[in-house]
Amino acid sequence: MSAPNSKRGSYFLITPMALIFAIFLVVPLLTIVVVSFWDYDEYRILPDFIFENYSYLLGSSVTWQIYLNTFKYAALTWAFTLGIGFTVAYFLAFYVRSLTWQIILFMVCTIPFWTSNIIRMISWIPFLGRNGLLNQALMGTGIIHEPLEFLLFSDFAVVLADVHLYTLFMVVPIFNSMMRIDRSLIEAARDNGASGWATLRHIIVPLSKPGIAIGSIFVITVVMGDFITVRLMSGGQSASVGLQISNEIGMLQYPAAAASAVVLLITVLLIVTALLRLVDIRKEL
Amino acid sequence: MTTEKKSKLKSILPGKDVTRRGFLKGAAATAGVAIGSGAITGFPTIWAQNIKNVTLRQFGTGVSNINAVADKVKEDLGFTLQMTALDSDAVAQRAVTQPNSFDIADIEYWICKKVFPAGTLQPMDVAKIKNYDKISPLFITGKLTPDSKIAQGTAPHKVGFVDGPDSTDFASAPTQWMTLIPTIYNADTLGIRPDLIGRPINSWAELLNPEFKGKASILNIPAIGIMDAAMVSEAMGEITYGDKGNMTQEEINKTIALMIEAKRAGQFRAFWKSFDESVNLMASGEVVIQSMWSPAIAAVRSKGIECKYQPLKEGYRAWGGGIGLAKHLSGLELEAAYEYINWYLSGWVGAYLNRQGYYSAAPDTAKTFMSDDEWGYWMEGKEAKGDVMSPEGKVMEKAGAVRDGGSYEERMGHVACWNSVMDENKHMVRKWNEFIAA
Repeated sequence: MSAPNSKRGSYFLITPMALIFAIFLVVPLLTIVVVSFWDYDEYRILPDFIFENYSYLLGSSVTWQIYLNTFKYAALTWAFTLGIGFTVAYFLAFYVRSLTWQIILFMVCTIPFWTSNIIRMISWIPFLGRNGLLNQALMGTGIIHEPLEFLLFSDFAVVLADVHLYTLFMVVPIFNSMMRIDRSLIEAARDNGASGWATLRHIIVPLSKPGIAIGSIFVITVVMGDFITVRLMSGGQSASVGLQISNEIGMLQYPAAAASAVVLLITVLLIVTALLRLVDIRKEL
Repeated sequence: MTTEKKSKLKSILPGKDVTRRGFLKGAAATAGVAIGSGAITGFPTIWAQNIKNVTLRQFGTGVSNINAVADKVKEDLGFTLQMTALDSDAVAQRAVTQPNSFDIADIEYWICKKVFPAGTLQPMDVAKIKNYDKISPLFITGKLTPDSKIAQGTAPHKVGFVDGPDSTDFASAPTQWMTLIPTIYNADTLGIRPDLIGRPINSWAELLNPEFKGKASILNIPAIGIMDAAMVSEAMGEITYGDKGNMTQEEINKTIALMIEAKRAGQFRAFWKSFDESVNLMASGEVVIQSMWSPAIAAVRSKGIECKYQPLKEGYRAWGGGIGLAKHLSGLELEAAYEYINWYLSGWVGAYLNRQGYYSAAPDTAKTFMSDDEWGYWMEGKEAKGDVMSPEGKVMEKAGAVRDGGSYEERMGHVACWNSVMDENKHMVRKWNEFIAA
């Protein structure tokens, strides 16, 4: 370990990765941070060092509303994807006995991902619309008499699309964690008279925690930064942080967009740090 | 060098007895041969050969960047026109920050108001523009007919001229130096689904009528959306504006407050940003009344769904664009650019644009390239005798159709406000974002 040769060898081996990170992650991020202090007018960005972008952003009630809205989407999506993802993973890991079937069913879960996520999202629009398939079916069977308006261009539609898009991100890591659980632990629990629930609570959930944490990081970071789902599914009537950044870029207000991006990045990093505090992924992996 | 070329060019340009159209036809017919070298003695064939090597780079918004125009330029004038389509924000940014990346800028008039003072464009000498007197008076005096009222907002004539060849100050009256040659313009209004509304609509105020709760939409492009919102607020009698195209902070705040109130009450089904979104909202019946653009109406109708571009008593919100010359153009390239502009106004493009449902800068020249029936339908508000065809040869309307809003004078003569950029633009955009987030 401490031999100079092997140390040099380690440095040599990590160089490519370090370079890639430096060029494609660190440099762009620093650029964004620098630009967030610049000034701008209608058509230009002007090198400067001002705090106006941040003071406006943090002082505006719109920002707080947008963050609240984004947190709402993230929390709801997280709760539903966790519920569905955990159940699906549990079924695959503990109910499906044969490895072949596990692989087949797992592949089935990925079939929707063979199309682009924009297409998966847009397909909801004719389905949920006022004259859409669902409303027609419900009215045809006489369950409702007026079309349900909340189905499309609403928070419901946004969360539905998010859950549809990102549940697999939850299934995969949880399934992975569950497959690592030593089956003899479950047998031991049963032998000692633990009920199904008790086994789930005291053995499976704690041991699936790393998977749950990784899945949560995936889902929360994606939803926090999303803009296209919110725009299409809310019919442009709701805002999210990502959408705000996208609008600012559209209006060439790059410094304002950079400031928003920095604040969002810090927010997401705080969330991820909090999650990692709760679960020590490194220890569990 | 430059002046020499200019004088040579002047000598070869046809006199008044030769019509522009005839000249172009002749030029096309003798493509490859020096233009009229037999008729005009001493004309150096070098020039005609050189101009074919010229490439002009034009950039602008999608509506007027039409490939068919570039092809026709190659055919008629011999030189190459490269087109780049960008969105309006990017167009404005490029015109200011990358002045050497283009030769011809195709920009909207409200963008011109911001861009021209940056000094990256040069004004055009109207003495060199052959059909200058045919250009619609909307762009010269702002009055379509002598007794029309001048509309609010960035009316094109207000930014159409500068004081001198090197000036960037807009002139208050027409001068010899024109900033943009108009290319394409139109009058926008609300689109409705007459089959789902079932009664006449005649005011902008109807957009916020509770009768259409959850079935209305407005476009979410702040600079244009705010104007539609202002047309609505004024029609409702809630707010009176000094100039809807340049509102005060208080006017902006009041307008947005009204819109937020309507949004919270559930008036809007959605906000749209792109052309296809507006088409889908209307075609699916999610929305029955909304801000709309004329090609979107055509797209809804082409699905066999009733949709009307409803004229309203308060008038239209108009927009328009034009082409300007880059500051760096000189010599042969500048001459080629003038050739292009003269060709642009000579009628072929005008007819092409008119057939798309837009209006062209010099209607009289376009007329010679359109059939009587086409002219009657698009420009005079007459019933179409045969099927109305798009420039690409698709049937747009069946025989017997009448254009919504009627004739050119009826539509362009009732403009209430032109698209514009406000002095309080930053404030407006921030308030608009509050409306979207509310």
